[in-house]
Amino acid sequence: MITFEGASKHYPDGTVAVDGLDLTVETGATTVFVGPSGSGKTTSLRMINRMVEPTGGTVRIDGRDVRDQDPAVLRRSIGYVIQQAGLFPHRTVLDNIATVPLLLGWRRAKARARAAELMELVGLQPAQARRYPHQLSGGQQQRVGVARALAADPPVLLMDEPFSAVDPVVRTTLQDELLRLQQELHKTIVFVTHDIDEAVRLGDRIAVFRPGGVLAQYDAPERLLAEPVDAFVESFIGYDRGVRRLSFFPARELSPRQDTVFDDQTRAEDAYDIAAGHGSPWVLVVSAEHMPLGWVGTEQLARVPAGVPLGDLDLAPYGHTFNVGTDSLRAALDAAVLSPAGLAVGVDDDGRVVGVVSQDDLGTAIWSVTE
Amino acid sequence: MSAAETAHAGTAAWDWVTGVAQWGVDNWSRPGEPDRGIRPRLVQHMRLAYVSIGIGLALALPLGLACARWTRLYPPVLTGVNVLYAVPSIALFFLMLPYTGFSEWTAIVPLSLYTLVILLPNVVDGLRQVPDHVRQAAVAMGFGPLRRLVAVEMPVAVPVIIAGLRVASVATISMVSVASLVGLGGLGQLILTDGFRRQFDAPIVVGILLTVALALVTDAVLVLAQRRLTPWARRDRSRRARAAAPVGER
Repeated sequence: MITFEGASKHYPDGTVAVDGLDLTVETGATTVFVGPSGSGKTTSLRMINRMVEPTGGTVRIDGRDVRDQDPAVLRRSIGYVIQQAGLFPHRTVLDNIATVPLLLGWRRAKARARAAELMELVGLQPAQARRYPHQLSGGQQQRVGVARALAADPPVLLMDEPFSAVDPVVRTTLQDELLRLQQELHKTIVFVTHDIDEAVRLGDRIAVFRPGGVLAQYDAPERLLAEPVDAFVESFIGYDRGVRRLSFFPARELSPRQDTVFDDQTRAEDAYDIAAGHGSPWVLVVSAEHMPLGWVGTEQLARVPAGVPLGDLDLAPYGHTFNVGTDSLRAALDAAVLSPAGLAVGVDDDGRVVGVVSQDDLGTAIWSVTE
Repeated sequence: MSAAETAHAGTAAWDWVTGVAQWGVDNWSRPGEPDRGIRPRLVQHMRLAYVSIGIGLALALPLGLACARWTRLYPPVLTGVNVLYAVPSIALFFLMLPYTGFSEWTAIVPLSLYTLVILLPNVVDGLRQVPDHVRQAAVAMGFGPLRRLVAVEMPVAVPVIIAGLRVASVATISMVSVASLVGLGGLGQLILTDGFRRQFDAPIVVGILLTVALALVTDAVLVLAQRRLTPWARRDRSRRARAAAPVGER
């Protein structure tokens, strides 16, 4: 547990970076500090490992004031991942990762063996051990940064905008990997970002900082999105917080319909009769294995000569699908909005069609869960 | 020019080349006058140049560290070094005479000071170009200030320092010759004493060629040293090829 008790950082020129921060970071959870620049989130993070010394108040780790320890010794027990990775350019990937174990006085062979273990943990290939940092891509460098921070198995991990310098695709991958690692390792992670989406994705708890170094709100992500405490938090979270909040509700709540799903051997006139019967403007054509093939309009079916199977028609692409078992309402809504038919295709883990969900059905489900 | 004239000019040029070469071979060492052969002068030239560069580097490193650490120190120190460099070398050699006489220190002290004008800015720039995120990462990992300097900042500065060392070496090797005016100067003695005063061009040509060769060899040694010391800084074509096709995913 990390506790900030009235922690402040006032600079001699009058600038206030952090003002009277009271906050408790839970052990084994990911706490995200988020806020615009100049809100003191990085300064607060750096108070934990004494890279910034507070001018008032105290910071404790498990009840012990961080000022009781020599800074260099303290820092070796706290993992740190910095923006742009901060790798040592003159050391190989393996030796970069072994940095803290070596500082702690481990034998070189043991430190390197540990480093090799970590390379595997963060998804780096053994062949990359003897590379130098400049020979790696940004995403790989950041993996090395995470491995280096974890090398001495510290209970606390500080991450200062670690993924902000990589492109969005790689960033999403790295976020997924961090979530996976955290499920395995249960570190006490303090993560700084200015990206609220990243905060919502990664955080068990989110602390929103406002300019001037004041804590605006400290809550679980669902509650933050549902009940921002004031106009600043609301505007910082963004106008689409309602949609983002849907990512906390599972798509299991939906009941996908099967009566407009036909296999590709069905004759067009039979499909037309059934679809027209319940007024559905589109039908979804699937293969014999129930894999989605595409959409066809009921109007078009009316013009097709009798006896032609659905599989022979020109089908509109089925677009995005969502996994009924694992995805959220947000993914289902996204699939519906992007579908040419305005209907979301729900699939199981093997990609087989479970049924389709209309925007009306989605609206009802959203209204009932967010009520 | 007729064919005969061309042939004659060609023969004359050839005679001159063989004459110079013959003089070089005959005078490589002079058993009667052990100090006046080409070989002892080459050895002295190397000694004067290398000792000066070594002392210069030994001064530039701590001075550069101090200037990088206390930035306010840098402008006055750099100005001082520049002013010193503006003093003509001949004047400085003569100024040294009362203190060091005709010992080699008369050449070495000024030459060492001259190297500072190149080495000091390179040490400072080398340390300054250590990226901030690298320095901060080192602090956050738990390096103390001294350990950080020795294990992270200095190694990262090595390519820039060696680049300065290459320029300083060539400049010093060339400037040693001037010290022949105070009776030192290695190969410069060939040029001044044997060549210029006697209006005889073979020693001048040999002196120039050997000075140039010494500079080139020294530079090549430094380039090799840099490759050995900083394999991580090699920016070659294979690096770009790797960047284009990285192992595994990005």
